[in-house]
Amino acid sequence: MSLSLQIITIAMVVLGTVLTRFIPFLLFSTGKTTPSYVQYLGSVLPLAVIGLLVIYCLKDVTLLTGSHGIPELFAVAVVTGLHLWKRNMLLSIAAGTIVYMLLVQFIF
Amino acid sequence: MTKREIIWNALRAAFPHTIPIFAGFVFLGIAYGMYMQSLGFNAIYPILMSLLIFAGSMEFLAANLLLMSFNPLNALLLTLTVNARHLFYGISMLEKYKGTGRKKAYLIFGMCDESFSINYSANIPKEVDKGWFMTFVTLLNHSYWVLGSALGGLFGSLIHFNTEGLEFVMTALFIVIFIEQWRKEKKHLVALIGLTASIISLVIFGGSGFIIPAMMAILASVTIIRKVSEQKEITV
Repeated sequence: MSLSLQIITIAMVVLGTVLTRFIPFLLFSTGKTTPSYVQYLGSVLPLAVIGLLVIYCLKDVTLLTGSHGIPELFAVAVVTGLHLWKRNMLLSIAAGTIVYMLLVQFIF
Repeated sequence: MTKREIIWNALRAAFPHTIPIFAGFVFLGIAYGMYMQSLGFNAIYPILMSLLIFAGSMEFLAANLLLMSFNPLNALLLTLTVNARHLFYGISMLEKYKGTGRKKAYLIFGMCDESFSINYSANIPKEVDKGWFMTFVTLLNHSYWVLGSALGGLFGSLIHFNTEGLEFVMTALFIVIFIEQWRKEKKHLVALIGLTASIISLVIFGGSGFIIPAMMAILASVTIIRKVSEQKEITV
């Protein structure tokens, strides 16, 4: 692919990303009042979408082959348990990540 | 407070929230830069793409688009599909990004998964300017990502430290945010819908195509809940 075609391709990816980020703000601009249905969505969607992100991060876990998702399950349990206990964000994240790295590098 | 103090305070309040992202983005950025290097691209490619696109998974896919035959429409449609989840973030941030003035355009431009989830969930202290706080969260995340991509693109071949598994830092971040939200809310139905709809969709459609069906299932579920609660006059 020549440089100019590469630039067009990257520009398309930039455009697509910018569109997905800006469309809600363009549709429901600050001047007009936002429809109540959209306000409702704005209040409930974050609660659901963080769950979606958790699953998105775990989407490549293989349950039937490889390590059978055991390192992931263990590390998720460490993060959850530690966070419910100590409620220290950085501690939970660091401990879970270190446990996961040790598991995938030395055991599985 | 002078304007300088307001900005400085916001930066100091925002930075600790971005520490996990620092670890994750520098690592993933290095991985991305190394990947681009392995495909034969000069370091300027990952650096500029991270600066202009700022959407991790899409940038990896964009590398493949550059290697295939030229098809701009396909590139646009793929991007819209992969990044459709941003639509939900935008709807969620309509109120929070209000009144942030000229910073608003940058806040929206830089609304990646991590910037969204921190800006949505962080308890910003009263004395800290919200607009500047959110701007610094976004700007710091953006810088970490570009920094990592640059390091990977320039020096990727020199790195020998075993970083396998470090990507779990992002999973851990979202789990912690999920728990924090769970504690803040009295009712957990919608959070559970998000999890179960995503899991079911992943099982049915697989890792590469589950996001859009999951989003549609979530949208349908919360719409039904609203209808039902309107009839019963119960707030969810």
